[in-house]
Amino acid sequence: MSTPPPALPPLPATLAANPVLSAWLDFTRPGVVTIGTGKVEYGQGVWTALAQVAAEELDVDLRRVRVAPVSTATSPDEGVTSGSRSIEESGSALRQACAQARHLFLAAAADRLGAVAGALGVTDGEITTDAGGTGLTYWSLAGPAGPAAPGLLDREAGDPEPAKAPARWSVAGRSAARLDIPDKVTGRPRFLHDLVLPGMLYGRVIRPPAPAASLAGPGDPPLPGDVMIVRDGSFLGVVAPSDRAAVTSARAVAGTARWEVTPSLPDEHDLKEFLLSAPAQVVTVDEVRDEEAAAAVTRTLEAEFTRPYLAHASMAPSCAVARWDGPRVTVWSHSQGVFALRGAIAAGLGLAAGQVTVNHVEGAGAYGHNGADDAALDAVLLARAVPGHPVRVLWSREDEMGWAPVGSAMLARLSAGLDAGGRIRTWRQDVWSNGFIGRPGSGGEPRLLALAHLAGGQPMSPAPDGPPTGAMGSTRNAVPGYDIPDRMIVRHRLLTMPIRTSSLRSLGAFLNVFAIESFMDELAAAAGADPVEFRLANLTDPRGRRVIEQVAQMSGWGSQAGRADGTGLGLGYARYKGTSGYCAAVARVEADTDVRVTDVWLAADVGRVINPDGVINQVEGGAVQSASWALRERVRFDRTRITSVNWDTYPILRFTEAPRVHVAIVSAPGERETGAGEVAQGPVAGAIGNAVADAVGVRVRDLPLTREQITRAIKES
Amino acid sequence: MEQHELHVTVNGAGRTVACEPDAPLLDVLRHHLGLAGPRFGCGLGLCGACFVLIDGQARSSCDFPAWAAEGRQVTTVEGLLDGDTLHAVQQAFIDEQAAQCGYCTSGMVVSAVALLRGNHAPTEREVREALDGNLCRCGAHRRIVGAVMKAASEVAEQAR
Repeated sequence: MSTPPPALPPLPATLAANPVLSAWLDFTRPGVVTIGTGKVEYGQGVWTALAQVAAEELDVDLRRVRVAPVSTATSPDEGVTSGSRSIEESGSALRQACAQARHLFLAAAADRLGAVAGALGVTDGEITTDAGGTGLTYWSLAGPAGPAAPGLLDREAGDPEPAKAPARWSVAGRSAARLDIPDKVTGRPRFLHDLVLPGMLYGRVIRPPAPAASLAGPGDPPLPGDVMIVRDGSFLGVVAPSDRAAVTSARAVAGTARWEVTPSLPDEHDLKEFLLSAPAQVVTVDEVRDEEAAAAVTRTLEAEFTRPYLAHASMAPSCAVARWDGPRVTVWSHSQGVFALRGAIAAGLGLAAGQVTVNHVEGAGAYGHNGADDAALDAVLLARAVPGHPVRVLWSREDEMGWAPVGSAMLARLSAGLDAGGRIRTWRQDVWSNGFIGRPGSGGEPRLLALAHLAGGQPMSPAPDGPPTGAMGSTRNAVPGYDIPDRMIVRHRLLTMPIRTSSLRSLGAFLNVFAIESFMDELAAAAGADPVEFRLANLTDPRGRRVIEQVAQMSGWGSQAGRADGTGLGLGYARYKGTSGYCAAVARVEADTDVRVTDVWLAADVGRVINPDGVINQVEGGAVQSASWALRERVRFDRTRITSVNWDTYPILRFTEAPRVHVAIVSAPGERETGAGEVAQGPVAGAIGNAVADAVGVRVRDLPLTREQITRAIKES
Repeated sequence: MEQHELHVTVNGAGRTVACEPDAPLLDVLRHHLGLAGPRFGCGLGLCGACFVLIDGQARSSCDFPAWAAEGRQVTTVEGLLDGDTLHAVQQAFIDEQAAQCGYCTSGMVVSAVALLRGNHAPTEREVREALDGNLCRCGAHRRIVGAVMKAASEVAEQAR
């Protein structure tokens, strides 16, 4: 009996869902390979990495590869660009589409040449034989596209083709310069905010003064004759011939509008009370019982950790353009999920999805579900008043900070049991939070801001939180990655949502890992062990051990003798989602009247890497943003509205405050690729918390780690 | 609305613009002159995305009234190129891959150029201080500081 060839993995999911190859690859422009993807670029460098994947698999020069703008009209639907899944999903799909295309091209060339496909090769897009070039290229073989004469790639993907082995990679796996940076250093128009369309008008929305407010009357402000007021229920906006006129008119309208405002927000000084007393849906996320292990416990520790609401605080306020043409509307948006946005606009306004087209245009960096989708609906509503004219809506900074969804405040209550030998035997973690899965369409609801303000509009329901697992929602990374035989993890999802919440980078992992890693240091101290040794003693996963050992080495852990008073070192570790990339971080802090993080060292294992410098950039950025959250950030509010609406009231880390960041990729070429954009958030928070405790001698369990919180912790200790 | 005739030199060329007297300079640059480099971020001069050089000084244009730019030299990030040749700071940002989203990049480049005009050998501390009025939300700080240091050594090299 002969051995059957090894089975190939099935088609990647997003290729199977969008099987026509020409949606992924286009050779219409001579000498140019245009790749399609459903994943959008917002500075994370995903398009560069996808271009590398295509160049590698097709054997073309990377400079030939362009990425087609993402549009619901033309792009493969790959869901939302989120959760650090782009390389895993779109990269795999594109690689397979390219492998299939290459196979088709070689077969077509073999036909023309009367040769055997196996004897042919490809050099920068030209089909070659042992004797050299053949004159046949991808572009000559692709054939005329179009319904009359379908091209070679106007067909569905067939059985999986073997892709090139990573050992043979020459473009993927090596750092490539990002395709988008030259435009950005020269100020060339590139962002949606720069888009100017013929006949374009400018809109602004006058938001209510509070989440619970209704418009009693718009008043009668003096406005120029060419400015139009749009009102529908409590949705109020202006459309003007220029951006400046829109701004000044919106200000005038805001000055005369009368609102009825109801206080509806919790006490920002007692978030624990709010989180613990609000009605909640309680679900068990993970439960493993081991009576023998539980019986061996000789010592139990308990602690509570909190984080405040956190803002996306993107550098650019949200922007959108929309134009109605008869019953159809075209939208330009920097949404992370153009297909979901199309569905939400259609559902919210009673349209068929086919009446709505959403084109993605790059915006500023996005770290989750910000105001982009809401701005898109604003533009659609204002443009409805001026059919045929594109209307551009730009939010103010104050609207961005006051109305974009935020990451929920959270509380994690932990208890763990050690045995006589200092091993962790039991763990219980309860997490209280609003949901993180509040994007358009989540739970079957459009979830766009203005829908609640329209006449007859319903308030948005509390955000869902995704399947109850340690990978999703508020309980992301609430299941510790250590070897713990008896454990129980419980999610308490709030059923009231006074402040609108949705996904923010790493979801619940930021607090859960901060809590777990802080608690690990407390357990280590109780066991009389060094934090690194204690973690290694409770962790068998070799990839996890490797990043911890590497970061300890990078940071000089253990050679701490002679550290000056007021400095501290701390470690944090997690495997993101419990299933994705590994990251360990060490922070060094100086603490006197304030906490300064001087250095963060990180070791990350994200499996096979397409663009090493892209991964390092993402991990560095994640580390700095996490440090900013941990040290500075807190959405402020009174009983009616968010009050931290600009950079003076919502400070983030500045250049003189940002730590030096040192990143090492721990090579794992045999492992599947995972994302890198979120792996640092939790570990860095844990590392900083532990470094502060090391420096000041007191455990601070409430974020952010400001002077006030540290002083309070010292008083309470 | 009442219009006012503004005479200003932008990127070396004299321009006359009809605008409202109290319009911010940023509005004139973006909407009247079609320059995308200076970007709207906050409207209060707090984030640095709209930084331009006014008579060689880096400052925010979102809260700078256009009338106050009358007769002055304004340089945006677009005006830093010499023909097709990038300014040393722009090239260094590419070489160091010193950006993620890049929305703040033009303001940072402007701040760095202003710094290097007065200081050819800044310390890392001086670079960080010079960029302290520019916010970066993506966390590309290390790369940006590195790019400015690299550009400084190249500018110094050229001056030698």
